[in-house]
Amino acid sequence: MTYTDRLTNVSVLGSAGKMGSGILLLAALEVADQMLKPENKDRHFVINAIDVSSAALPGLMKYIRAQVLKAAEKKVVLLRGLYAHRAELIENSEIIDAYVDDVMGLIRPSTRLEVAYESTLVFEAVSENEALKVKLFSQINENNALQPWFFTNTSSVPIAGLDKGANLSGRVLGFHFYNPPAVQKLVEVITIAANPSEMKEFALQLAKNMRKVVVPSNDIAGFIGNGHFMRDALFALGEAKILSASMPMHEALYIVNKVSQDYLMRPMGIFQLIDYVGVDVVRFIMSVMNPHMPAEDLHSDELDRMFEKGIKGGQFSDGSQKDGILKYEKGKPVAVFNSDTGEYIPISSFAATADAWLGPLPESTMPWKNLVKAPDKDSLAALAFEAYRTSGTNGAQLALSYARRSREIGLNLVNTGVAHSAADVNTVLLTGFFHAYGPVNEFVL
Amino acid sequence: MIAGYNTISMGTGRKEFNPKKERPGLEHYLKEAGQATLSHIGGGARVDEGVVGNFMASRFNKQAHLGAFMAMVDPALQYKPSIRVEGACASGGLALVTGIKSVLSGSAEVVLAIGVEVQNTVKAIYGADILAGAGWFQRRKEGQAYFFPGQFSDRAGAYYQKIGREKARLAMARWYRNAIENARLCPTAQEFENKTANLESQGLTEPNPKSFTAHLNVFDCSKVSDGASSIAIVSEEGLRRCGVPVSEAVEVIAVGHAVDDITTLPADPTRLDTIAAAVKKALETAGITPGQLATIETHDCFSIAGILGMEAIGLCGEGEGADFVLAGHTARDGKIPVNTTGGLIGWGHPTGATGVHQAVTIWEQLTGKAGAAQITIPAERPYGLTVNMGGDDKTVVAIVYRKTT
Ligand SMILES: NC(=O)c1ccc[n+]([C@@H]2O[C@H](COP(=O)([O-])OP(=O)(O)OC[C@H]3O[C@@H](n4cnc5c(N)ncnc54)[C@H](O)[C@@H]3O)[C@@H](O)[C@H]2O)c1
Repeated sequence: MTYTDRLTNVSVLGSAGKMGSGILLLAALEVADQMLKPENKDRHFVINAIDVSSAALPGLMKYIRAQVLKAAEKKVVLLRGLYAHRAELIENSEIIDAYVDDVMGLIRPSTRLEVAYESTLVFEAVSENEALKVKLFSQINENNALQPWFFTNTSSVPIAGLDKGANLSGRVLGFHFYNPPAVQKLVEVITIAANPSEMKEFALQLAKNMRKVVVPSNDIAGFIGNGHFMRDALFALGEAKILSASMPMHEALYIVNKVSQDYLMRPMGIFQLIDYVGVDVVRFIMSVMNPHMPAEDLHSDELDRMFEKGIKGGQFSDGSQKDGILKYEKGKPVAVFNSDTGEYIPISSFAATADAWLGPLPESTMPWKNLVKAPDKDSLAALAFEAYRTSGTNGAQLALSYARRSREIGLNLVNTGVAHSAADVNTVLLTGFFHAYGPVNEFVL
Repeated sequence: MIAGYNTISMGTGRKEFNPKKERPGLEHYLKEAGQATLSHIGGGARVDEGVVGNFMASRFNKQAHLGAFMAMVDPALQYKPSIRVEGACASGGLALVTGIKSVLSGSAEVVLAIGVEVQNTVKAIYGADILAGAGWFQRRKEGQAYFFPGQFSDRAGAYYQKIGREKARLAMARWYRNAIENARLCPTAQEFENKTANLESQGLTEPNPKSFTAHLNVFDCSKVSDGASSIAIVSEEGLRRCGVPVSEAVEVIAVGHAVDDITTLPADPTRLDTIAAAVKKALETAGITPGQLATIETHDCFSIAGILGMEAIGLCGEGEGADFVLAGHTARDGKIPVNTTGGLIGWGHPTGATGVHQAVTIWEQLTGKAGAAQITIPAERPYGLTVNMGGDDKTVVAIVYRKTT
């Protein structure tokens, strides 16, 4: 089966979800690229957009149409060439509309799993529930004579377990996008030994055609991205807990959040990141990973306490941030949750005390948005760490131990075989988490 | 001509510009420019006729029939004659020609000429469709996505062949730098706030044929702009009627107006023959040589058009435009300062307004009203020239102006 054959009938499970909708879009654009090749003009292509939520499908189709339109507007130069043979399409607007119609014509929204019985490739992005994924894969596999390949977007469920559970004989691999899939450049490809080699090759070709940066990851729960993030988060929660012996918890959370953002020069603080992903989602990913990590306890009592008090984070449907560990106004943190009192404490009421405790930020520390644009990011970041080593402030000390722990987590991902190399770990944090420098760097020592 | 006025050229580059927010429309720009000119000449009652230059409001704004907006600009213009004229990007120039003819024919002593265009109503990629109307529609299909950039990219490609790519690119980058540096001196310019440190290296950005064109980058292109410009065209009698001193007027001494067959391709893409024809006629009528000009506003819809324009105007020989620009002759301290407030690349290009904007700039320079952008007008060379081009060298209006004494 050629690359194109494989893409003639594709299904996306959970296509109305956060990740599924982006995956559907990318898949549709890629299939359209195949469809528009002159040699494929007589072939028929289909993408099934499957989701249990019937109510969500019309909105999904609207979203996809709007995104395809945007994509078309960006590549009119190319499209004019592809549609050169259609004499009646003259203006850019006509060509753009024709392309949008062609792409939308590929997509069939459906609530029924049966439509995937004729697919040769199945993307899966349903809720993070191992039993559900196994059930869907088994059902399709048992009823589909074409030996379909399953590309799961799971963040934490080991692939081998899905393979075994659904009896797929190696026809499943992790094709792990970052949120939002259409924008984020990174795809972690998680293969297992039983994968046929042409399946791996196809996965790499597909990722390349989708213009993604591929990082291979081994099949160990959490893979690289969450393998780092979850442990980083647990370290941060642990540090806050230690600090809370001598200050209120909300101040401790504020301090650790600030160090992880301003001192470590990251795009957002660790608690803001947890809120962004969702307190519930983070807890859940930890719970999925934990049974696979006998030597560790990937679990936080503090997150449980917050969750029990209704703290969830996540985003509103317009993409704006919901309140979580931090409370937000116009996307900026303005208060911190104190799980002892169950209240948000305005940052303005204690920032001065907390900032005094941290001490002044060294001059060589740059805001993330400047650092990330600089050509020599590593050497500039190294300067900041040099200053932390000579500065005696609490902020500098905390920054050093935080960065060293982050490095250690990265190295452990390599040592435990999750990542093939430290460079891969760094790539995931640079492209998937937008860090300005990778965690595995000598200069943090 | 008297009482020139330019609105801000609005679009990317201006910090007030937000494509997501609602913005002023045609009505606003017509009123702002028209009323400003009227306030200097004693109001609409002094005006005999109006003329509006506009290219494509019918598509950008779904609005035709712009002549009748004159009575909105000033109620005193109600029941007076007013028309809208169109010649693609030379529509502004045609508004001036039309007003000048009315004055010369004796049918008017005072004509209010306004050029206007509001183009940021659509994304650039759809704007390209609309602007492609300046070419022959039968060729639209074979044209590029960015139609006019594509046409001039072809011209640039041919010029690279003729004089060498490296020199041509350097000259185009210099053209860009001059444009932006001049725009920084003019508060209404779209690039007034441009802070780029190394303009020439930015100008040398490699063109990307996959996303734009083979031989031009975006810095080689004029801006997408909303704006209006306005000026009063008056006879000597009209000047007295308006109560404006002669020192605040420029004298129009010659007009060259030429068209070429829109259905044909240029015989030699490295020449702008219609510009050459119109300018020749204007200079001959004026009885002067290019060397006698103190300043020029030329139609640099693309850097390459600016450079080829230098050759067509006769400032240098064929194939010598790049050298002429690289020698610094067109800079504001050069032999013949060109586009002293940035031209179409630096000041902006509200298409239907551009011809009038050029006249306003020359009027400012020759009457000492150019503010920070003011250049010295040598006593022995009291002349200015505007060159306004529609389409790919298909309609051209060239006008020669003289400082009054
Ligand atoms: N959100 C992220 O940041 C992120 C990042 C990487 C990976 N992931 C992973 O992607 C997957 C989806 O996550 P999400 O955040 O998009 O979740 P989501 O809740 O937004 O979407 C899940 C979708 O699956 C649908 N669904 C549920 N059961 C189904 C069934 N039986 N058949 C068909 N559709 C069904 C739901 O209706 C929903 O539309 C999870 O495995 C998650 O771990 C999420």
